Amino acid sequence: MTANAVLRAAGLRKEYGRGAALVRAVDGVDLDVAAGEAVAIVGASGCGKSTLLHLLGGLERASGGELSMAGERFDTMSETRLARLRRNAIGFVFQGFHLVDELTAAENVELPALLAGVSPRAARRRAADLLERVGLADRSRHLPSALSGGQRQRVAVARALVNRPLVVLADEPTGNLDSTATTDVLRLFDGLRRNGHTLVIVTHDSRIAATSDRLITMRDGAFVDETRLGGGARRLGSLAGLGG
Amino acid sequence: MQDVVLALLAKEPSHGYELRARLQHALGPLGDALNAGQVYVTLGRLEKAGLVAAQRVGQTDRPDRKVYELTAAGQDRVTAWLAEVGWAKPVSAKFHLKLVAVAAAGLADPVAIVDAQRRELLRQLGDLQGAALAEPDGSSAALLLEGAVLRLQADLRWLEACARHWEREERA
Ligand SMILES: Nc1ncnc2c1ncn2[C@@H]1O[C@H](COP(=O)(O)OP(=O)(O)OP(=O)(O)O)[C@@H](O)[C@H]1O
Ligand SMILES: [Mg+2]
Repeated sequence: MTANAVLRAAGLRKEYGRGAALVRAVDGVDLDVAAGEAVAIVGASGCGKSTLLHLLGGLERASGGELSMAGERFDTMSETRLARLRRNAIGFVFQGFHLVDELTAAENVELPALLAGVSPRAARRRAADLLERVGLADRSRHLPSALSGGQRQRVAVARALVNRPLVVLADEPTGNLDSTATTDVLRLFDGLRRNGHTLVIVTHDSRIAATSDRLITMRDGAFVDETRLGGGARRLGSLAGLGG
Repeated sequence: MQDVVLALLAKEPSHGYELRARLQHALGPLGDALNAGQVYVTLGRLEKAGLVAAQRVGQTDRPDRKVYELTAAGQDRVTAWLAEVGWAKPVSAKFHLKLVAVAAAGLADPVAIVDAQRRELLRQLGDLQGAALAEPDGSSAALLLEGAVLRLQADLRWLEACARHWEREERA
């Protein structure tokens, strides 16, 4: 697992404030994410999940510790190189979707590809393929305001994938969704996992956590528990109340 | 009930009335449903099964009282119970008493027990969820699975509350 780690953090820390107001939002986290692995990080509100995800994605600078992506240190990178790494190697999915309201679904998906220098034609093709994959081919010309929450989140997932990132980082991807929309997003992430995408999802939704390969529990900025999931489906009958 | 009584005895030998008081305290208003007889019946069964041994303690002004203590077999049973992650329903009172007993007797870290239980339920949730996602749209089997998923989610939320409570107790 260490040999093919896509994303690695060692002794990662992030502090806010100082003195009596000091908050250790992330307090000594070690994490190796292997290629093709889906890792879920769960924990109570305020335990540091979003902060950790922002550090892993190079959106915020750490107070201490080391970070690397495919073997390359990025905690010490210049802003310019870090911006390029973020664009090319990392796909983000945020809780609030963060779509551009004035652009159609397809244009939202194309945008990061265009910014990365992909030709408009190629970007359009990638966007069409991805929207097809997330089940929204027929909604590609809609504005976000004309889409449901679950549909918007699926557009956001398509956008996160458009530059073929090494890893997709998702913050509460089912946070604002009802049960049906959550199922759609779950199915989408489950598909990504099966297709070998590398995923790090932070969430308090036990449903999405339970579809990961590895589940990490965070408390007060640190990892306190880790479980490998999957390979089950033996006792379904009794789990669903059929006895036996 | 048997396991909880055994766990409480793991700390120190006790009289039946002491055990009953501790159980009632742990259950709060729900403890009213616990009659004195239940504790003594349980103790009797445990004695017959060789899991506890009773000793008569003479009292000058009242009839003799029994002090119960764990046997070696009783200790083994407590150890096995601590490692158990079964989740029979309805579960909350049983699991709650397990945590109370374990904490009172200093047998194990209640938070570790909650974590082990959470891992087990998350594995179950993963299995159910995987099966539910594999069902085609509109399948009626998916509906059955969804019911089980929603119940497990509720159980997991309650376990989070348990973890928070016992962490606070530990800090205090
Ligand atoms: N910019 C900031 N300045 C000061 N404190 C911050 C800042 N960002 C986060 N924090 C603090 O860091 C801690 C962790 O916050 P974070 O947002 O990472 O939690 P979270 O686990 O994502 O919570 P939630 O589940 O509610 O989203 C909190 O105590 C929060 O108040
Ligand atoms: Mg957050």
